[in-house]
Amino acid sequence: MSLDLGVFCKNTLDGEVVDHCFSALFGLAQNSDPSYLDWLLKAWGWTLAVAALSLTIALILGAVMGTLRTLPTTSLLNRWLIRISTAWVELFRNIPILVQVFLWYHVIPSFVLPLKSLPSYWLVSIALGFFTSARIAEQVRAGIQALPSGQTAAATALGLTTLQTYRYVILPMALRIVMPPLTSESMNLIKNSSVAFAVSVPELTLFAMQAQEETSKGVEIYLAVTLLYALSAFAVNRVMTLIEKRNRIPGFIVSNDASLAH
Amino acid sequence: MKSKKLSTNYLIAAAFLLGAVNAHAASPTMDKIKSTGAVTMGVRESSIPMSYTTGDSRFDGYHVEVCRMILADVKDKLGLSTLRINYQPVTSQNRVPLVQNGTVDIECGTTTNNTARAKDVGFANTLYVEEVRIAVKANSGITSIAQLAGKKVATTTGTTSVQLLRKHEKANGVNFDEVFGKDHADSFLLLESGRADAFVMDGSILAGNIANSKNPKDFKIVGEVLATEPIAIMVPKNDPEFKAAVNAAIAKIVANGNMPKLWNKWFLAPIPPKNIVVGLELSPATKNAWANLNDKPAEDYNKK
Repeated sequence: MSLDLGVFCKNTLDGEVVDHCFSALFGLAQNSDPSYLDWLLKAWGWTLAVAALSLTIALILGAVMGTLRTLPTTSLLNRWLIRISTAWVELFRNIPILVQVFLWYHVIPSFVLPLKSLPSYWLVSIALGFFTSARIAEQVRAGIQALPSGQTAAATALGLTTLQTYRYVILPMALRIVMPPLTSESMNLIKNSSVAFAVSVPELTLFAMQAQEETSKGVEIYLAVTLLYALSAFAVNRVMTLIEKRNRIPGFIVSNDASLAH
Repeated sequence: MKSKKLSTNYLIAAAFLLGAVNAHAASPTMDKIKSTGAVTMGVRESSIPMSYTTGDSRFDGYHVEVCRMILADVKDKLGLSTLRINYQPVTSQNRVPLVQNGTVDIECGTTTNNTARAKDVGFANTLYVEEVRIAVKANSGITSIAQLAGKKVATTTGTTSVQLLRKHEKANGVNFDEVFGKDHADSFLLLESGRADAFVMDGSILAGNIANSKNPKDFKIVGEVLATEPIAIMVPKNDPEFKAAVNAAIAKIVANGNMPKLWNKWFLAPIPPKNIVVGLELSPATKNAWANLNDKPAEDYNKK
């Protein structure tokens, strides 16, 4: 099986070979029709944009909801916040992601009219962000509950309020503990962003399906798209690992460094 | 003992020789049909009214009925008393490989005859010419593609209509927003829910989706024909004898004047299982294909 990578240097209108592979995107060849390579990179940009937007939504909401689930049941307000965050998690992690995307795109805007004017990449990012936030919330909750109860007791003994206890004692520790699962969740998000094609966001999966039909070069197209997905997820992995290392407190979290072991 | 072995060797040699002669002239598909008394027909599950399931693993449609007529002819030609037809559902992705590897002997779905596919498979003479059209809401006032400037146009991911729209945009300087459905039902939903102002796709798919919708009267197919594609029955490549038999049967059906009757039955009258009417009028292009039987690829149709 020989690969015909020349397909990426053909233009998307009539399949003629273009002068320069990056004909339109970087303006290397003026006024020329876009090539499949231009289109591929543009599609990659959409994949990354949707993933980044939904990751932002997911991290913020996930941290908030996960924290709320661990509140002490000392007041009526706290009990309601726990109920709301529990409902949030159970609702968004139990419905398949593709169904959620369609709900946000077709169903919810017909009740909430302002959503109709929102572009589809926003709607799909909300869907992905909410779905992932439910999963991140559970990880954050697990991280908080993994801390020894003595930490909260000590904070209370010092006279810290609940808010202060979370702000200065619990969250700084818990968020460090959950970095590894958070990394895989962020990598998952890159892959999950492929559902955006279903609501006409022109991302990598849509490119793959469309371009292989037009060029009959399925192997080359899918190979390129697979590489870009893998590359994106790996880049996220590296960044998250860097953050994890930078914020590590020696002696608290299990480390590979033998000198730090107790 | 020795002489007996020798004669066996002779027999084997003779058989090989005969086999070699046979392989040169005979059709592998016809041989297979004759020896097994069965044939495998590739069908689509939801390409109303060309080829679709009527439930319970039964299949029917315009192309399926034509194929049954062709196979009845092949059966007579081979002198078989009965011929069992096995129906094999195929998809856009697997139809060409399944014909190539011999799983499917004759594919009766909605396959465009183009030069790229003709490298891998053979095509019988065209009996249906597809026209790419525009479907809009009946009250939208849109009557041509020029009126779609600045509007949202839906089409289905993984179809050639997407490239067609792009070419049209470039050639005429008309700019429209493309929105892509995951499949035809999704694209139609985009039009129905108002997320798109038009749906550009094969005429039969548009007519089928409109006929299946809640209020078929709310939609109509308008405007010029954007592209023409011959849809043909697919047969294995390098089997000229089988292709000739299929084409002979097609010529007979056309000569007997059956084609207009088949058109009325599948495109203009209520069809099973839900008794919907597709309501797609016979186009001059299809009429012309019947009058001048040929297996020209799509590239020949769109030359200007």
